[in-house]
Amino acid sequence: KQPLQVHHKHQTDLSAWRKGGRIDPEKSVQNHQSPKDQKNSSKQDSLEEALSYFEKVQDRVSLKKNSVLQKHLTAVESVASQRGLPPEGFDVLLNVALSGKLADTVNTRLLKSLIPASVIPEDSVVSSVSWLCVSKCSGNIQLLFLKWLITVFDFIDHKEQIHALYGFFFSFLQDEKMCPYVCHLLYLLTRKESVKPFRIRKLLDLQAKMGVQPHLQALLSLYKLFCPELVTITLPGKMKAYFKNSEGPWKAAINAVRQRNQENSPVPQPLFVGTAQPQSRKRKWNSQLIIPASSKTKNNLEEDREKNHVDLYSTNESFPVEQLQTFSQLLQNIHRLEFPSQMGSVLTNPLLLHYMNCIKDESVSLRLYYWMGQTLQEECTWCVANSYQYEEEFKDFLENVYKAECFLQEGFSSCEEFLYKSLPLWDGFCCRSQVLRLVSWIPLSNFSEMKSQLYDPLAQLFFTSSLYFKCSVLESLKELLQNWLNWHVSHLDSESDSEVRFLNTTLSGLVNVVAELIHFVGWISTVGLRLENNSTLMLYFILDFYETVCDIYLKYNLPLLIMPPAGVFYPALLSMDSVSLNQLCYIMYRYRTNLVAAKENELSKKKILQYKFSSQTYQEYNQYIIAMVGCLWTSSAFQKDTHPQGLRMDDELLKKTRVQEFKTSFNIVYHPAMMGYAVLFLQQAWPDDTTFNFSLIK
Amino acid sequence: EPQRTAFLLRKQWTLYSVTPLYRFSPARLRDYASLLSAFIAAEKQKGLAVEVGVELDIKVAVSSLPDLKGSDQDQAGILVQLSLRSQASKKNSEEKMVWSGWFCCVFGDDLSKNVPEDFTCLPLFLANGAESYTSIVGSWFQKTFDCRFRRLAISPLSLSWMAAMWTGCKVDKTTSAMELVFSVPSLPYPLDISYAIHPEDAKALWDTVQKTPGEITQEEVDVFMDCLYSHFHRHFKIHLSATKLVKVSTAIASAHCDGIIKFLQSQYLTGVLMLLTELAISQIQ
Repeated sequence: KQPLQVHHKHQTDLSAWRKGGRIDPEKSVQNHQSPKDQKNSSKQDSLEEALSYFEKVQDRVSLKKNSVLQKHLTAVESVASQRGLPPEGFDVLLNVALSGKLADTVNTRLLKSLIPASVIPEDSVVSSVSWLCVSKCSGNIQLLFLKWLITVFDFIDHKEQIHALYGFFFSFLQDEKMCPYVCHLLYLLTRKESVKPFRIRKLLDLQAKMGVQPHLQALLSLYKLFCPELVTITLPGKMKAYFKNSEGPWKAAINAVRQRNQENSPVPQPLFVGTAQPQSRKRKWNSQLIIPASSKTKNNLEEDREKNHVDLYSTNESFPVEQLQTFSQLLQNIHRLEFPSQMGSVLTNPLLLHYMNCIKDESVSLRLYYWMGQTLQEECTWCVANSYQYEEEFKDFLENVYKAECFLQEGFSSCEEFLYKSLPLWDGFCCRSQVLRLVSWIPLSNFSEMKSQLYDPLAQLFFTSSLYFKCSVLESLKELLQNWLNWHVSHLDSESDSEVRFLNTTLSGLVNVVAELIHFVGWISTVGLRLENNSTLMLYFILDFYETVCDIYLKYNLPLLIMPPAGVFYPALLSMDSVSLNQLCYIMYRYRTNLVAAKENELSKKKILQYKFSSQTYQEYNQYIIAMVGCLWTSSAFQKDTHPQGLRMDDELLKKTRVQEFKTSFNIVYHPAMMGYAVLFLQQAWPDDTTFNFSLIK
Repeated sequence: EPQRTAFLLRKQWTLYSVTPLYRFSPARLRDYASLLSAFIAAEKQKGLAVEVGVELDIKVAVSSLPDLKGSDQDQAGILVQLSLRSQASKKNSEEKMVWSGWFCCVFGDDLSKNVPEDFTCLPLFLANGAESYTSIVGSWFQKTFDCRFRRLAISPLSLSWMAAMWTGCKVDKTTSAMELVFSVPSLPYPLDISYAIHPEDAKALWDTVQKTPGEITQEEVDVFMDCLYSHFHRHFKIHLSATKLVKVSTAIASAHCDGIIKFLQSQYLTGVLMLLTELAISQIQ
């Protein structure tokens, strides 16, 4: 069966020996080509490979035993569900599926993955009809093909030849199983010229044989509509539904592909006219995650007629939103641009976001608030039952919201409310990075329920999750802090009430809110470090957070000085790696700068201060610094520390550890974290000396 | 007055919550009707006629329902009706109504007091007719007034409130029994339990539970339901409290947890609408 010339390749192909068993010649050919293919492992290539494979495949390749077939089948399926198949793909795949070469399981999967990216060429449909006539494939496949054809009917680019095949389709009415679907297809194809007396007679015969069937009635009613004189029987006036909804798995996939393609295009496209059918049942009519921007319809509304009347002398026509493509257009037309009819469309349109930023209009933000709030709540995949299959779409939507927030440099209040409602129900897994990023944009406010709505759910998830989740949470909380501080700085000078809801609070309120966040992070960091055994990765994120905290006073002009908790300080001081130690030293240095500046301001009495930092803050800092200096410099690591959770230990206890020089064990030379540097120093200073005599370093 | 709203009774309405409509003007209902009919015609032309009939002509009527409001701050109800004109005879044609939907707001101050002038608060929408028409009309409203529809589900808690409240209402002739339908979870086959109670017995029970006429507390509702459950348990040894209440039918109205309601008495129409408005508002805010 296999062509003989491939045989000698088995010997030279080492992978053939590794796999063992029956070697598929196709596979070894593939392996030969593999180095080249692996370089461009893009999906497009894998699709082309798959298509050429299917073109050449011989019969009776079993799916279970052949991994090449599986690979190509999966490639086709994944490209189809991501972007849809290009027009060239249909011919090959339809031929394979309908020719009965492969097993039904393969054919079914192929047919189910026939999602068009743009159009379906007519020729492929015509040749598949000829396969249908030959009946090489099984009955089930034929039915599936018909269902598919009905669903994607609008995607076929030309239909002249298909109309010419009307008679062929008509002949399939004989088959009882195919009859309903053929009727539906004929219903779509029928034109006035298709109505012929012999066909009417045939339908009536079928009706006499099979009884009154809704699909036959449908076709007869359509015939009657075109040629009432030929169809003389009485038909029921109206029926709710003639045809069973045979949309199958394609409808949802087509809509998903369409949405994805719309997203990827830089300009929002108008809704794809080809499938202007109502959204499939799975995607509800009221809920679209991506809305194209369209301007309000102004026809026939009296109010606007009047307005236009008055402005006859000034060409004050508004600029239609659909034409807004470039930034310069926005600048030129900014005085006569109107917001789109549905505010939800600004999310994916950066130009409109710019415009929204300029025009601070309460109605505009309220419209967006309602739309976003309702969409977030309705589409939230962990709050609504049975919607986990829409996770990808929801993830993309959250991504869009996040990007818009980053663009505007502020959070949406509807998003904030959504987080408060959904975080307690969140599993920490679904759309994880999107949710955590959205948390970082929660606006700074005096929300009294912050603890129960935000901190408690986050803490619960934090303590029960993996190291990476913990680090992600810490990172997102650091960004939250930075966003708050940036917001504060940018609003320090402006006395305007544009940020309405916050102005009721005083500076002390603000300070309290920020302090609460910092204390929360301090608490979860302490516990987290214990849970993860002082993991270096986690320590990095924690110290990163405190790098922001230590400079709050000087950099962000907020009178707040909070020390890290002992559960963070000491693990960093005694850590095994130099990065943490270095970060800690830097942080302590910055703390000192901030504290000194605060003290100076206090002492100089230049301005009347609302805030005097309590001596406790200074005391805490001093304790830490004493411990640090004692460790690193004066080689009195365990003696000087007065911190209640510190390192102070009696000599007798230390002697029991049987470490020789415990006093110097954590100074700069001997600190385990600094070991690498010490070694490097010795190597540079005494390159020939192979014994590491650390006592040489003074 | 009850005559004008009589057509709302004894029909099954699907419930939606609607966010405030932007720049909706109650004076321009005729314009909206013509815009909506143009929109429907355009959608039909795009080829979704799976329904063959002799229609191709849908007439849209948008009118106001001034009686459907609670307080004076409420916006009056708006009714949209779609009817088919038979093509056979254009004049004197019989118009068959195929779909109707109405917006209303009954004591919706919680919502309307917080929105600026440009917005019209009509948080409750009820639709009767084919889903395809609901989607077309709803899409038009969403596109034109930047509002957002959402199916309004009724929780079992709300349903039990309705059961208690409606039992206490005085009705002239009590024809229908009070019926509660429960769905049993976690079974391989679907099982619904229907529990019918003589309305007078139910009312008698409620009267013993309710302490202050005109006021209902959560405790009273719980006691009422518990009594019904324990009575059922005594006879059938089934704990209804472990099942999910999905439907409540009384002489006043019947409500299903999927958000479907049927009004049966016009004198209590406003009362039921007030409750539904409250549910709709809680879904919006």
